[in-house]
Amino acid sequence: MADLSVLTGGRAGDGINSAGLLVSHLFNRMGYYTYMYFDYPSLIKGGHNFTITRAADIPIGACREQVDVVLALNQDTIDLHRDLMHDRTVVIFDSGKAAADGQGVPVQEVLKEEQAPEVMGNSCMIGALAGATGIPFTVVEEAFRKQIPRGLDKNLAVARKGYASVKQVFRVERRGQEPFPLLSGNEAIGLGLLHGGLDAFVAYPMTPTSNLLHFLAGVAEDHPLTVVHPENEISVILMAHGLAYAGKRTAVGTSGGGFCLMTESFSMAGTNEVPLVVVMGQRTGPSTGLPTYTGQSDLHFMLHAGQGEFPRLVVAPGDIMQACAWSARALSLAWSCQVPAIILVDKTLCEGITPLLEGAFPDLPDGERPAAPQGGPYRRYAITDSGISPMLHPPVPGSAVKANSYIHDEAGITTESGDVTVLMTGKRLRKGETLGRETGFLDPVVSFGSDGAPTTLLCWGSTLPVCREVAGRLGIRGVQPVVLSPFPDEQLKAALSGTERVIAVEENALGQLRMLCARYGIAVDAAVLKFDGRPFAVEELERRLAEVA
Amino acid sequence: MSPQTLITGARNTWCPGCGNFTIQFALRNAIQKLVDGGVPLETIVLVTGIGCHAKMADYLNINSFYSIHGRTIPVATGIKLANPDLTVLCCAGDGDAYAEGLDHLIFAAKRNSDITVIIHNNRVYGLTTGQYTPTSPLGFRGRSTPGGTIEAPFNPLSLMLTSGAGFIARGTTRRMKELEALISQGLKHHGFAFIDVLQICASYFNASELYDRQGYALSGHDPADFDAACRKAEEWDYNTDSPIAFGLIYRKEKPVFEAQFAHRRVSVAGRAEQIAKILDAKR
Repeated sequence: MADLSVLTGGRAGDGINSAGLLVSHLFNRMGYYTYMYFDYPSLIKGGHNFTITRAADIPIGACREQVDVVLALNQDTIDLHRDLMHDRTVVIFDSGKAAADGQGVPVQEVLKEEQAPEVMGNSCMIGALAGATGIPFTVVEEAFRKQIPRGLDKNLAVARKGYASVKQVFRVERRGQEPFPLLSGNEAIGLGLLHGGLDAFVAYPMTPTSNLLHFLAGVAEDHPLTVVHPENEISVILMAHGLAYAGKRTAVGTSGGGFCLMTESFSMAGTNEVPLVVVMGQRTGPSTGLPTYTGQSDLHFMLHAGQGEFPRLVVAPGDIMQACAWSARALSLAWSCQVPAIILVDKTLCEGITPLLEGAFPDLPDGERPAAPQGGPYRRYAITDSGISPMLHPPVPGSAVKANSYIHDEAGITTESGDVTVLMTGKRLRKGETLGRETGFLDPVVSFGSDGAPTTLLCWGSTLPVCREVAGRLGIRGVQPVVLSPFPDEQLKAALSGTERVIAVEENALGQLRMLCARYGIAVDAAVLKFDGRPFAVEELERRLAEVA
Repeated sequence: MSPQTLITGARNTWCPGCGNFTIQFALRNAIQKLVDGGVPLETIVLVTGIGCHAKMADYLNINSFYSIHGRTIPVATGIKLANPDLTVLCCAGDGDAYAEGLDHLIFAAKRNSDITVIIHNNRVYGLTTGQYTPTSPLGFRGRSTPGGTIEAPFNPLSLMLTSGAGFIARGTTRRMKELEALISQGLKHHGFAFIDVLQICASYFNASELYDRQGYALSGHDPADFDAACRKAEEWDYNTDSPIAFGLIYRKEKPVFEAQFAHRRVSVAGRAEQIAKILDAKR
């Protein structure tokens, strides 16, 4: 199996993320599946940033523990990552900024010769990477033409000199696969929401979902989409309430701290039945925690956030395919079932970059708009068998549309009647049952690996790709509930039937999915937990599994 | 349509003598005038917070969003963004707009959101039975401050002037006709309109005597003059015993927040086509 990892490192502010993405595009154009991990501290300039681009001939979504090539834009990249290097790791470095055993690239001299600005130094290093790994220069040209059309000629001239400055160490074989679109999880979520009919997106910047805000703000420049960045997260979710009440399919984006501020209005969506979608990107907590690192410690917070009892949709996609599909479905289900929905992701998924393969955009039911009321005033909260009342938005001629955060009657007028409270609680619970039936048709539990093997990995969210790869290597099974509320306990029990040993793999300290399973009588025999803010590497997970075998 | 149909059948639970009745009838009449002037009733939306004032959502037979405490304004901005053809107004209490949700008030003024905000400023928490608010006078003895408050009130008019509001008025429940006219003007103003209504609370802070004795209707004041508006706003500090002006303090037309979203370039391509274009750029 072809499998190559390239670490690109430099100072924050040196464009490391863009450089790593270009490395990914080179391998994408060579016909490989790629995965890019981006590691950065919470500062703007000067700290150490690095990316790891991994290329393989099977779809991947996790890093290996060691890298085969180091592309060093500074000395730190060599000094800080010795533990990731093996005997034959090739080090390519900017000879003006670093010294090492390997191939030096005279970046400053090249820039001077070409009278190119400092920022084009990365192009020189990428050219050198292509030269050292035997990637034809035409592939560099194609990638640059598509990804950095501005200053193309000069960038290519600089890259060509970088290409010629090194000797070829090995040769990456070209595979016959057409290049895929390379997307971050944030972008996949954004496209899924657009596919689901998104009209408006409201957010206050917070890692790891800020780039979703940036992406959709860019889309809104020339597409019919309203994007707002208001004063705080409280305003964010309330603007979303107003937009959705008036008929616009709306989502908000945040992380745990921002969602804390939103919970009061999240609960309001439970009672006023305004459809809301929250994209919730987890990072290492509690509180500010490790702002730019990953974690899966907010599952129970999402399941229980907000006072009172009300149905909610919580979906936790595991890769960008699922992120795209389930973002579209979450928006669709929030509106068809009139419930608040959470798309629960994390830094690993939001900011990791992988190819979007075919089939990410699901067919969605047409949202039918109920007819205007006949022979009587409109009742926004009419009692129905499904629990779902016809939802209209102002203006409705001849009728007032009343949304209310208090317990209310069918017309939306406040009541303190115990009987009406019981009726409306029943209506809410029936909505939850309807939502459970709807999600049941959508494969809420995903199985992978060797069917019938005695050991099963149980994972959720962004640990899916590493579990899928490890299950493949070890010949074991894997199961991932994508929907976490309403909890698909029947489907999960069916998926786990016949297994002898279930091992939960989670990036939190308490084993939150395991706790959730226990509530439904689903036994988990062991847990492999990680909570240092970094995602599992492939070999690391294998080793940890061996410890609990 | 008669004004009566603007009132729902919900049982009214305000205290006898409550200032909210005055605001309700002034608002009802102002809405009726809008409708008579050709604005379809179904295009008017009321957003309320939580408190005695907020029962307006139950009592007026118009579109309403009965929100949570302090959170009327961002909901109203969202509704206006969704559909600029709607006329959107907020009824909020002084606890709502000046304490719990002060940030939203300042930002709505800053961005000139095209909504009308009526503050039922009775200078006391009524529904929670008599605690001080940001506009209670210094030394106010409420249930949370039995020895009297130790913080002076702030001046909401000065705050709105500093925040960039383009329509700033003060009315009182002691002068219903003038209040109705101010609400009508506010609803017609293109941009953010702020009306502080000195409302009496019959149960916990009945300042009728003060508002009658010190209150006067503005005349000879130029609402286009910012400096004059600042001086007028500072005439009474919501604390000491000085003259209290009622009327339009300041008015200036500015670009409207929601209108600027409509000016964006918008492609005519369908959604699927747009997504395909974005994906192609990522290859």
